[in-house]
Parts: sequence; C-alpha cells; structure tokens
Amino acid sequence: MSNAIIPLLLDSLASAALIFFAAVGLTLVFSVLRVLNVAHGTLYSIGGYVAASACLFIASRQLNPYLSFVALLFSAVFVAATLGPLIERSLIRWTYGKSEAVQILITFGLFLILEDLQRLIFGVQSFYEDAPMRLLGTTSIGGVVYLNYQILLIGLALLVVIGLRLLINHTRLGRLITAVVADREMAQSIGIDTNRIFILAFSLGVFLAALGGALATPTSGVAPGLGADIMVLAFAVAAIGGLGQIEGAAVASVIVGLARVLAIYWVPALDAVAPYAAMLVVLLIRPYGLFGSVTARRI
Amino acid sequence: MRMILAAAAVLILAALPVFAPWLQFVLTLAIAKGFAALGVAVLLRAGLISIGHAMFFAASAYGVAFLARAGVNDFAVLLILSVLTAALFGAVAGAFLVRYRAIFFAMLNLAVSMVFYALCAKLYGVTGGTDGMAVPIPGIFGVVLAEPAFKSVLFYLSLTLMVLVGFAVHRYLNSPLGHALSAVHTNEIRLEYLGIPVWAVLLIAYVVSAALAGLGGAIAGFAIGRVVPEFAFWTASGHLVLIAVLGGIGGVPGAFLGALFLELLHSAAVTVTDAWNLIVGVALIIVIMFMPQGFYGLLSRKEASSL
Repeated sequence: MSNAIIPLLLDSLASAALIFFAAVGLTLVFSVLRVLNVAHGTLYSIGGYVAASACLFIASRQLNPYLSFVALLFSAVFVAATLGPLIERSLIRWTYGKSEAVQILITFGLFLILEDLQRLIFGVQSFYEDAPMRLLGTTSIGGVVYLNYQILLIGLALLVVIGLRLLINHTRLGRLITAVVADREMAQSIGIDTNRIFILAFSLGVFLAALGGALATPTSGVAPGLGADIMVLAFAVAAIGGLGQIEGAAVASVIVGLARVLAIYWVPALDAVAPYAAMLVVLLIRPYGLFGSVTARRI
Repeated sequence: MRMILAAAAVLILAALPVFAPWLQFVLTLAIAKGFAALGVAVLLRAGLISIGHAMFFAASAYGVAFLARAGVNDFAVLLILSVLTAALFGAVAGAFLVRYRAIFFAMLNLAVSMVFYALCAKLYGVTGGTDGMAVPIPGIFGVVLAEPAFKSVLFYLSLTLMVLVGFAVHRYLNSPLGHALSAVHTNEIRLEYLGIPVWAVLLIAYVVSAALAGLGGAIAGFAIGRVVPEFAFWTASGHLVLIAVLGGIGGVPGAFLGALFLELLHSAAVTVTDAWNLIVGVALIIVIMFMPQGFYGLLSRKEASSL
C-alpha cells in the first residue's frame, strides 16, 4: 500500500502547494482589504501564461535553460507590479465598505474582463514548457521515483508561510498591515497611509497568485478555463482555513490534498468532488472556517 | 400605463419570431435565463447573494433528461416534475443554507453547487460525464410534434409562463411575506422582535427561487436538447446574478429585461467581436457603480430596491 500511496501523496501535496499560493493571496487580500476577489484565479492563470511565454522564449533562443527559473519568478513579479496597483486603484478601491454582493459582482465583472483579455493576448491554445522540471530531475527513494520539482513546490509553499509570518510579525510594514486589519479608521487617524497599505497588500496577493500560476506551468501547463477552476479551489482552501488566516490556508491545502488522495485511492471517480465536499462539511460545521474567528478579521 | 407598456412588450416578443425565425431560440433561452435570474433576484432582495443557483437550473434540466430516460414522455409532466425536483433540492439545501448570511451564504451556495457540478461531470455511468445527457422532444398531450413545431410551442409556452409566473412572483413580492424579505435586508433583528420567523421567511424565498431557477433550467434543457455539467459551473451562477443585477432587482420585469438585453446583445455582438465577456464585464461594473437599480430602475416611477 505505501508504495502506491506515497507517490500519490507527494503528487497531491505538490498540487495542493500550487493551490495554496492562490489561496493565501486570496486570504491576505480579504483580511486587509475586506474584499473577496473573484478574479483572483485569473491572476493565477495570467501568471502562468506570462511565465510559459518567457520559458518558451528562453527555449527558442537556446539561452541557458536555468534562466527559466529566474523567468518563473520574474513573471510573477511582473504581473504583480503591473496589474496589482492598476486593479486596486482603478476598481477595487471603489468597493471598500460596500456590501458583499456589490464586491462579489464588481470582481466578477473584473473576472470576465481579465479572462477575455487573457484570451485576446495569449490565444486559446494551451502553453506547456517543462524545462524547469526536467532540469531538476528525479530522486529515487526505496524504489519509488519522485520528481524533484514537486518537492521544490512543497518547500516553496512552506517558505511562503514562514516568509509571510515573518513579514507580518517582524517588519515595520507587517505591523502597519496588522494595524490596518485591526482597525482601519484608527490606523488612518494615527497617520498610516492606508491607501499605500491596500496597494501593497493587493499587489502581494496578486504576486502570490501569479507565482502559483508560474510554478504550475512546468507541471501541468496553462489553458483557457484554468482561472475559473483555480478560483473555486483557492476559494475552497481559503474558506476551509478561515478567510484571513495564513496558516489556516496552509493546513487547509494539506487537508484538500489528503482528501484528494483518499478519494483517488478509494473512489477514483470522485477525486474532483473531494475539495468541494471537504469545504461543504467544514463550512456547515464552522462557517468561519477551521481557524477563523467569528469576527474573521485577524491576520 | 405600466400595464400597457408590459403588454406591448410581451406582444412584440410574441411577434418577433414570425419576422425573424432565428430569434425564436435566442428568445426562448433568454426567457429561461430570465426565470433563473428572477430566482436569484428574489434572494438578492433579502441581501443574500447566491453564487450557486445554476445548480437548480442544471438539476431541473438533468431531471428532465432522467425522467425522459425512465420513459416519461409527456411535456407537461416532465416540466412539472422537474420544477418540483428543483424545489425539493432547494428545500433540502435551503434548510441548511438560510442560516448563513453575507459572504458565508455566498460561499456555501458555491460549495454545494460545485459538489453538484463535480458529481455530474464525474459520474460518467449515470450522467454521461462531460458529454451530458440528451433531452428528447416529448409528446404534448399524446401528440408528438416535429422539432420546429415543438420549439415554437416551447417558445409560446415560455412566454405565457413568463407572464403568469411573473404575476405570481409580483404578488408574492408585494405580499407581507415578500416585504419581510426586504426587511431582512434592512434590519433582521427588528424583524425577529416583531415575531416574524426569519428562518421560515428565507426558506420559503429559497424554495421559490430554486423552483424559478428549475423552471428556467427545464425550458433551457428542452430548447437546447442537451444538458451538460457546465450548466452548474460557478461562472454560470455568476452570470445569473449578473443578469439579475443588470436588469434590476426592484421588480419582476427586471430579470427578464436583463436576460433579453444580454442575449440579444450577445447575438448581435458575436458577429462583430469575440471579446464578448469583456463588454459584459465592463457593462456590469458600470451598472453597479452608476445605476444600482438596473434597467428596471429607469422604468420604475418610485424608488426601486437596489443592492
């Protein structure tokens, strides 16, 4: 049994790590801006498209293939730096303090716009470039072969959890963010530039989503429709962990990964149902998520 | 005056397919989506946003397909049973879901509908997976019609139902039960103090809205002739909310106005551009920011409900 289930486990955890990048961005944006961004999944797929284009460019010019790792990171930075401030300033800021229905609808409009822009720019074919995955090779432990790239993904996800925690607890910016999350008006009245914090937090969320998309391209590629799929999965993970909870999102993505493993092991037909079923069960018992509090405003 | 306007609009709709036969399918689909959007609008009145109503739309269409497979071949029976299926689904899901508010309500509806979607897409042996199921042309009181004739009957029946059901929902929304819905949005605690059971008010609204979505789904299933899991995908639910808000939630005509506008614009736009969603997305944002009462707000004399 263990020979069958351990590769499956690694596989599921690696894909859970990718969803975690999207979910943690969603949860971060929600806790600081108090806006649930329905277009978040599309930012993931745009990150994927940009990264895949960059990697394909590197491959076609026969540049040093190790450059593609740099390309993965820089495409996420590029997407965050261009789209993050643009979207927050032009659209999201109009929804502060409005009802959830308005926020969801405005970001749904944004979702439709971004999906179409992505289709107009990158076309409808799927992009796939696995150079980064091939470069890292495989490891064989106990006769079972693992992809090193998957181990890298899980490691990076852990790094993001630790990095975000350090950022929030031990830097000046983190303290400013915590202040804005705790009490927006009070933070404003003691002179914190909340607009700047909103732009930074939103762009950080975009960066994490785009990074997830960029890291996903070597394993599964990007194709139209990816954004909508990732959106609900990220949503499920963020909701299970409790909206606004960074560690919650990490634990929830492991839960979703495990749920998928068990589903594949027992009822393979139901593997796609597992994340949503887990979300449903958790939300019915604890609507504010496993780690969320009723006020759901902590970070 | 408004009655005359509404009657004229219905007559124009009835006459359109005579002059442009290709419009018949577009209009049937628009009315079907209008029913579903009306269901969403009923809940929006109480301030509850559901990103999962496409589930009831799909459940009803699947209901038609399953019943047809089981040998039921009467149009009226299929329509009534499938709407009841959706209403039953709504009663079961609603009993759990109406306890939640705001973002939790939206998320739970999304979760339920995605479980439904994934089940439809994955249970290949039962639902045909992503290929979906065929919805055959049923007999109407024992008479089996050819496809074009059936589609015409379907269109005029949808139009009649739009008027009848529209009136019924209008009466419901203007009854004390309907006003209680808007009151939930304004001040739920005050409603409880008045001795009105909010849970029951919302559950009734939820079942009504599921039945409306089901009616739309059944009509869409018959019109398209096939039901696929994508009917229940979350973007479809999002589109239903979009139609409801675009048309305006202040009155029954809003949902149908929104659906007709969107479907007609879609048929006009596909010949010119394929950036259709881009246009819809921009339109949605503009409507929410500058006309929160939707198209209906332009027609209505008094202050209409808004988001």
